[in-house]
Amino acid sequence: MSAYLRLAGVNKTFGSFTALGHIDLEVEKGEFVTFLGPSGSGKTTTLMVIAGFEQATKGEITVADQSLAHLAPQERNIGIVFQNYALFPHKTAAENVYFPLQMRKVGKKQGIRKAEEMLELVGLAGFAHRLPKELSGGQQQRVALARALVFEPDLLLLDEPLGALDKNLREQMQIEIKRIQKRLGVTTIFVTHDQTEAMSMSDRIVVFSNGAIEQAAAPLDIYHRPATRFVADFIGESNLLEATVTDAASGKAQSPVLGEVTCGAEGLPPLTDDQAVTLLIRPEHLKLSREPKEGRQNAQMVIETIVNYGDNAVVIGHVGDQQIRVRVPGADVVILKEGDSCHFSWTADAVFVLDK
Amino acid sequence: MGLSLSALAERKTLWPWLLLAPLTIYLALFFLVPLVEVVIMSVTEPRPGLANYEKVLTGSLYRKVFLNTFGTALLVTLCCLLVGYPLAYLMSTVSKRAAMGILLLITMSFWTSFLVRTYAWMVLLGNNGPVVWLMQTLGIAEPPPLLFTRLSSTLAMVHILAPYMIMNIYTVMQKIDPSLIRSAESMGAYGKSLFRHVYLPLTAPGIANGSVLVFVICLGFYVTPVLLGSPREQMAAGLIGNQIEQFLAFGLGSAMSIVLLVVTLVILGIYHRRFGLDKLYG
Repeated sequence: MSAYLRLAGVNKTFGSFTALGHIDLEVEKGEFVTFLGPSGSGKTTTLMVIAGFEQATKGEITVADQSLAHLAPQERNIGIVFQNYALFPHKTAAENVYFPLQMRKVGKKQGIRKAEEMLELVGLAGFAHRLPKELSGGQQQRVALARALVFEPDLLLLDEPLGALDKNLREQMQIEIKRIQKRLGVTTIFVTHDQTEAMSMSDRIVVFSNGAIEQAAAPLDIYHRPATRFVADFIGESNLLEATVTDAASGKAQSPVLGEVTCGAEGLPPLTDDQAVTLLIRPEHLKLSREPKEGRQNAQMVIETIVNYGDNAVVIGHVGDQQIRVRVPGADVVILKEGDSCHFSWTADAVFVLDK
Repeated sequence: MGLSLSALAERKTLWPWLLLAPLTIYLALFFLVPLVEVVIMSVTEPRPGLANYEKVLTGSLYRKVFLNTFGTALLVTLCCLLVGYPLAYLMSTVSKRAAMGILLLITMSFWTSFLVRTYAWMVLLGNNGPVVWLMQTLGIAEPPPLLFTRLSSTLAMVHILAPYMIMNIYTVMQKIDPSLIRSAESMGAYGKSLFRHVYLPLTAPGIANGSVLVFVICLGFYVTPVLLGSPREQMAAGLIGNQIEQFLAFGLGSAMSIVLLVVTLVILGIYHRRFGLDKLYG
């Protein structure tokens, strides 16, 4: 199966500033891909280049093997939901959704009916005649989604659409967007800087940093097998420790903080002796105890801060200058005190090795 | 204790009124009293009764002048819109710096006394002025009269009032979210339909604000039409001036003023119901 959307060597410079280095990406038809990265990492620029609002300095973009190069935004048949929804304030919900059909010369009667069907699909039956200002943030979001989908676009682009919503509503909309996307099977690119959003919604996550793609993989792969130190640090909470490989064959490394560590997580890159590496251990893979635990690798730390989240807590301690984060069940936290010294332990398959 | 508390409470309710007093007295003395006096004059001079109003509302001369006033105000508003809209659009699309430059040019003319600007037009359009000279050079042996015509007074009023229109429209255009335009483009809207379905409705509040301001100011314009306009196409303010200065017909002049005032208020009232008067102040 060949890729539906393909970006080949896409480069974008503004004067002497390189916004996008060299982007290669392939997206399958019907796939839900999230562009994740800090602000200024190039994710929105890539989206704007696909939409046609920015021209790529170099490289090519194709949809179903058709180049987009000479197509104006109007001709690309791409649905976009903007960060602030960009609803027309003078048009009702139904008129907003009808707009792209109107531009495609669909008659008013038929178009409005289709718009109302679409509003029903996004859960807004009965709100067709409201103006945007008479709708809540979540409802406006749904109208924007309906409007971007009503003309059966080849691609759906979502530019941080949930940024303005509060937490509960945001989770609700995540589920809702995913449901609608699946039902219509539209190829979707979702831009966000929120990693939980990326984790929960995507078939695949593309992590951006400094105008380049750090890694493009399924959410769990990104979490458990990050390709670079940046990805390991950016996604989830992490303990990143410097180490030197001592015995590549048996996966042993020497860390100034942890001592000798055996690494055994699946998907490890090939190692060589004396190679400088970074070890990744996720906080939930560490266990705290008063005494060293048998059958596990142990080290000792002093507890500095305990951050309580109710159902769980993060215990932050340090070994020398190195900070260590351990996630523990909420119930365990009552026996811990700041300033206590304690042991933390892990198993070999919790240790993932990154190239320096 | 109880006494001082109630005294304090009294003082508290009194304070805001005391603070408002200078302004209230000023408004009453310089606006309300004269206005009431005009109303009284209109029904007492030269003798009590509604004869003045009857004359104003039924006399053919007065009807003609009022119609002419509205016609001129409408024409000036339309011209201001035709000149102002593209200019405001230009300002909203060029760089901040260039927009400031244009704004400076507009406000510079705005700050110049309109008496000066009116005289400037007299010089420009006069029989020995540059416009007539240009026409003669181009081979028009007998140029049509420019000064003291509808053309000259309309031109000067548009010049004087256009800044109101431009600034109102520019303010609204500047606030339009660029993502609205982008989103319309992504849905397939091109130049003409983009303008008709999105840009024009979004700028409509600015058009309404500017038009109401220009129209209302124009209704009561005195100096410019009197100095530049044709005596046969008099406007209401000029006629009121004539009544009072030349015929000492205080009652008739007052009645006309009140009719003009009422009409203006009705227009503002309609505008208020549709858009909200507070929008006029941005």
